[in-house]
Amino acid sequence: MNYLTRRLVTFPLVMLGVSILVFVSIRLVPGDAITAMLGTEAGLLTPDQRAALEAYFGIDQGWLVQYGRWLAGALQGDLGISVTYGKPVLDVILERFPLTLELALLSMAIALLVGLPAGVFAATRNERSSDLVVRILAMIGQSTPNFVVGLLIIFVLSVGFGVLPVMGTFTPFFENPLQNLGQMILPAITLGFAFAASVTRISRSAMLDVLSEDYVRTARSKGVPALGVIWRHALPNALIPVVTLSGVEFGYLLGGAVIVEQIFALPGLGRMVLDAILQRDYALVQGSVLFIALNFMIVNLIVDLTYALLDPRIRLGDR
Amino acid sequence: MSLLRAILAHPSGRIGGVIVGVYLLIALLGLLGMTPHDPLMQFRVDRLHAPDAVYWMGTDLFGRDVASRLMLGISQSFVVAFASVALAATAGTVLGLAAAWFGKGWDGLIMRVMDVLLAFPAILLALLIIAVVGPGTWTSVAAIAIVYTPIFTRVVRGPALSLKTRDFVDAARTFGSSRHYILTRHLMLNLVAPLTVQVTLALAWALLTEAGLSFLGLGTQPPASSLGLMLSDSRNLIEMAPWLLIFPGLAIMIGILGFNLLGDALRDILDPKMRRAAA
Repeated sequence: MNYLTRRLVTFPLVMLGVSILVFVSIRLVPGDAITAMLGTEAGLLTPDQRAALEAYFGIDQGWLVQYGRWLAGALQGDLGISVTYGKPVLDVILERFPLTLELALLSMAIALLVGLPAGVFAATRNERSSDLVVRILAMIGQSTPNFVVGLLIIFVLSVGFGVLPVMGTFTPFFENPLQNLGQMILPAITLGFAFAASVTRISRSAMLDVLSEDYVRTARSKGVPALGVIWRHALPNALIPVVTLSGVEFGYLLGGAVIVEQIFALPGLGRMVLDAILQRDYALVQGSVLFIALNFMIVNLIVDLTYALLDPRIRLGDR
Repeated sequence: MSLLRAILAHPSGRIGGVIVGVYLLIALLGLLGMTPHDPLMQFRVDRLHAPDAVYWMGTDLFGRDVASRLMLGISQSFVVAFASVALAATAGTVLGLAAAWFGKGWDGLIMRVMDVLLAFPAILLALLIIAVVGPGTWTSVAAIAIVYTPIFTRVVRGPALSLKTRDFVDAARTFGSSRHYILTRHLMLNLVAPLTVQVTLALAWALLTEAGLSFLGLGTQPPASSLGLMLSDSRNLIEMAPWLLIFPGLAIMIGILGFNLLGDALRDILDPKMRRAAA
């Protein structure tokens, strides 16, 4: 069985493992969902009322039955009802997902726009002082936690310019693109910062590898101009590790950026999961974690496929 | 000794090594309670005091000395990072060796379980674990350890698989060496290099994750001090008391930078493939 077939076959198995892990762990959380939802008022419920509520949210049976019911539903796109929001889990997730997707795309765009040219530039200036500056900046970028970046941005804006980032009600992109971008740009820069640093480092080292290849030397000796060698001959091959890195990083970002969403008060997936865990909203935690893991695995699978497409030398059967 | 010399001869190794050394010293002083002031003492009259000769890094909202809390925070973060990476490296090595050595069913089972753990973005998995056990220092240790175990398992399994089929292992087997001896002497010695690099880089991630969890209020609990917690507390006071953001922010950044630089240097030194490329 070659690598890709094996990946495809194990995919559902791993998802099943993920679903079991999530299902069991959220049920190990002390306290119950009804009490978490109603607070002290839960004490006022009669046993019948409590039983009715538990039946409504599907938490009245044993774990095995609950899991079976949940899995059967999940396979048909029914992830249950969120206790906190009082609506289907999938609806709650899909409401939050566009923001998370947009944030991930924006951060990746920033990372590639900054990181790729910086990495290529540094590689062509190998060991000169400009290369050193880029490398130091990239190392610092990679070592700065995104909440430090976010807080520093807020600090510089508020102290230096007397403005605060727009927080409060979130405007979806298709409602008012300008206003939306105004809200998204700072969080995107925050997330894109370390991402750009990683892209810089990996594109620099990939570019250095490629520039020492024979075919690049051949192109140079044929008299292809320096820029032509870099852009047409070297870059396409140096892109392979960049694609891998960006893909994996993008997959992470699709899981929501808990901390950055928290700092900039954005209603994304990350904060929703955090709140759901704190609220013991079983159905929402299960559904969203499954959703995130599924996204993450699909993105990784696509990255692997792209990898094979970009580099025909890779014999996936050997991995 | 020769490794230490090699690190000091490597430019980023030198910087990283010095940073890590200084941090270890600060962490030790913090653990021993040798801070300029009592980190928990509230100097009520000096609340939000700007940095000066008495309070080198100013004081916080409760009048506690930021420099002392920072030292304590660094020790706290280091304890969590070292403990979690030690756990993850140990568990990952045992699992990786087991998967490589026993092969077949064991390999499949161990690696699929690792795949499941890797299917979660790291911070999400840590959040889930903390939700189950409740926030706290040792929960963070366990959560970070579980998150990074699969990475160590993979780092060990790959080389162990190829080492297993090498002639010297066969030779050892023919000589009648026990399985335990082969695993610990022959395989482990050859795995020291990749593990050392991975441990150093993992320490940087662990510091980052610990700070992130504490920032969200799920790691170290007040009144204990942690860099993430200090930053989280600074959020609403940025304009009034920027030192509450600047010092802990710099402390986290430089600490992680130190481990990253050291890890990079170690990879250059210990990975023969990289060494050839550099030459």
